[in-house]
Amino acid sequence: MIRITIDPVACDAYGYCAELLPEAISLDEWGYPIVNGAPLPPGLVAAAKRAARDCPRRAITLREKKGGS
Amino acid sequence: MTPSACAPPKETSHYQLLGHPTDLAGHLRTLGPLPLPATDGRAWGDWLLRALQASGLSGRGGAGFPTSVKLDLARAGGGIVVVNGMESEPASHKDTVLLTTVPHLVLDGAQLMAAACGASEVLVCVPAGRDRVADALSLAIAERRAQSHAATPEVVVRPPARFVAGEESALARWIATGLSLPSFRPDKGVPLRIGRRRALVHNAETLAHVGLIARHGPDAFRSRGIPEEPGTTLVTVSGAVALPGVVEVDRGTPLQDIVARSAPVDTIGAMLVGGYGGTWVGPPDFEMPYASISLRTIGASAGVGVIVALGAAACGIAESARLAHYMAGQGAGQCGPCVHGLPAIATDLTRLAQGRPDPELTERLLRRLTQVEGRGACRHPDGVVGMVRSALRVFAADVSAHQRGAPCPQWNDAPQLYLPRDTGG
Repeated sequence: MIRITIDPVACDAYGYCAELLPEAISLDEWGYPIVNGAPLPPGLVAAAKRAARDCPRRAITLREKKGGS
Repeated sequence: MTPSACAPPKETSHYQLLGHPTDLAGHLRTLGPLPLPATDGRAWGDWLLRALQASGLSGRGGAGFPTSVKLDLARAGGGIVVVNGMESEPASHKDTVLLTTVPHLVLDGAQLMAAACGASEVLVCVPAGRDRVADALSLAIAERRAQSHAATPEVVVRPPARFVAGEESALARWIATGLSLPSFRPDKGVPLRIGRRRALVHNAETLAHVGLIARHGPDAFRSRGIPEEPGTTLVTVSGAVALPGVVEVDRGTPLQDIVARSAPVDTIGAMLVGGYGGTWVGPPDFEMPYASISLRTIGASAGVGVIVALGAAACGIAESARLAHYMAGQGAGQCGPCVHGLPAIATDLTRLAQGRPDPELTERLLRRLTQVEGRGACRHPDGVVGMVRSALRVFAADVSAHQRGAPCPQWNDAPQLYLPRDTGG
């Protein structure tokens, strides 16, 4: 299972991630991303990789979470 | 420092941190020599690890992590022992009391940890401006050097006096780079480093316990406190009491008994437990034992050993609003949810205390609390969220009065909680 982690120090609220991956990332009232904790469906992995790559602050990391629980 | 006029030597079964002589000669006369390794360092390290395991000591800097596990993870060697004497909680004075009255006990604990980990240096962190503490430590370190008491070199360093400067990753980073900022660490199992060396950060009280447990054994420590959480613990009591200050009590002592020792001057309406990022506790829970295992059941923790007693006449919402504003100004300014969320939460709470809520206030405040929680690099925002949530619960009667438009009558009075002027960092 892939888990999305956002580095809150690096993040500057560009908001591209929520545009590219609205299924998993929403923005708070100040424009900072909130990752919903649900497992990322396999069909969204490509979009998640793109969100991570296109983040101007390189704040998104995708990690393989062991155990899947 | 003058050696404190002290009680006669304690029998080993009488375990206590405070009240021992301040000078090195008196310290050694009362507590005996420091059991450092003679030849086989590895076997000695195993012995210390087992003693700490058997004692059940956990960290006293807030997180409550088992000290033996922390030591075990650090035994790979070559690190720096960092004594965290930052005590940035305005309501906490226990580390100041320890470092000024029994500095050798804290430094001994650091020496033991350094020997067990093969650390090359002991750095004692005291914030800039707290010169009385730094002077007491420098004097103690000079004594130790003169008498060749310390095997590992000890140095006092002075990070900035900011609230988050004492967070362990901020401390390690300041030592390494001069920047006093918490780091984002998604995996807390990855050890902190100062350059290439491991940073072994321990709270001053934790190390004082290590200094005593190594001398008197784990059973002496376990003779105090409760089986689930043994030992004594230092608590700073303030607020509506005649005798504010630091007391040493058994872990598990009921909250109200701890406050009673400080002579309450008023009927106590609530207690802020754990620190300024702690939890408000109402009268139904005043008999709760001061131990994390019990406090957890009401969403609280022992935190950094703080109890602030609030007089029954005070408005907890007004106090919490002022506290939230103070805490909002104490962040490192790195993470958006903390930078924007904490002032917004504080403003909502202020509107409530002033009895001028807009119709969406309660819903908005609850949403903001949920949104901010867990979204900082450090736990600073989480502490504020927990404090505000507990305020809404414990002061529910005040909340509904304010929701109906009744302003807090004490809004313009002096706050009961001590809030220092911003030191500017």
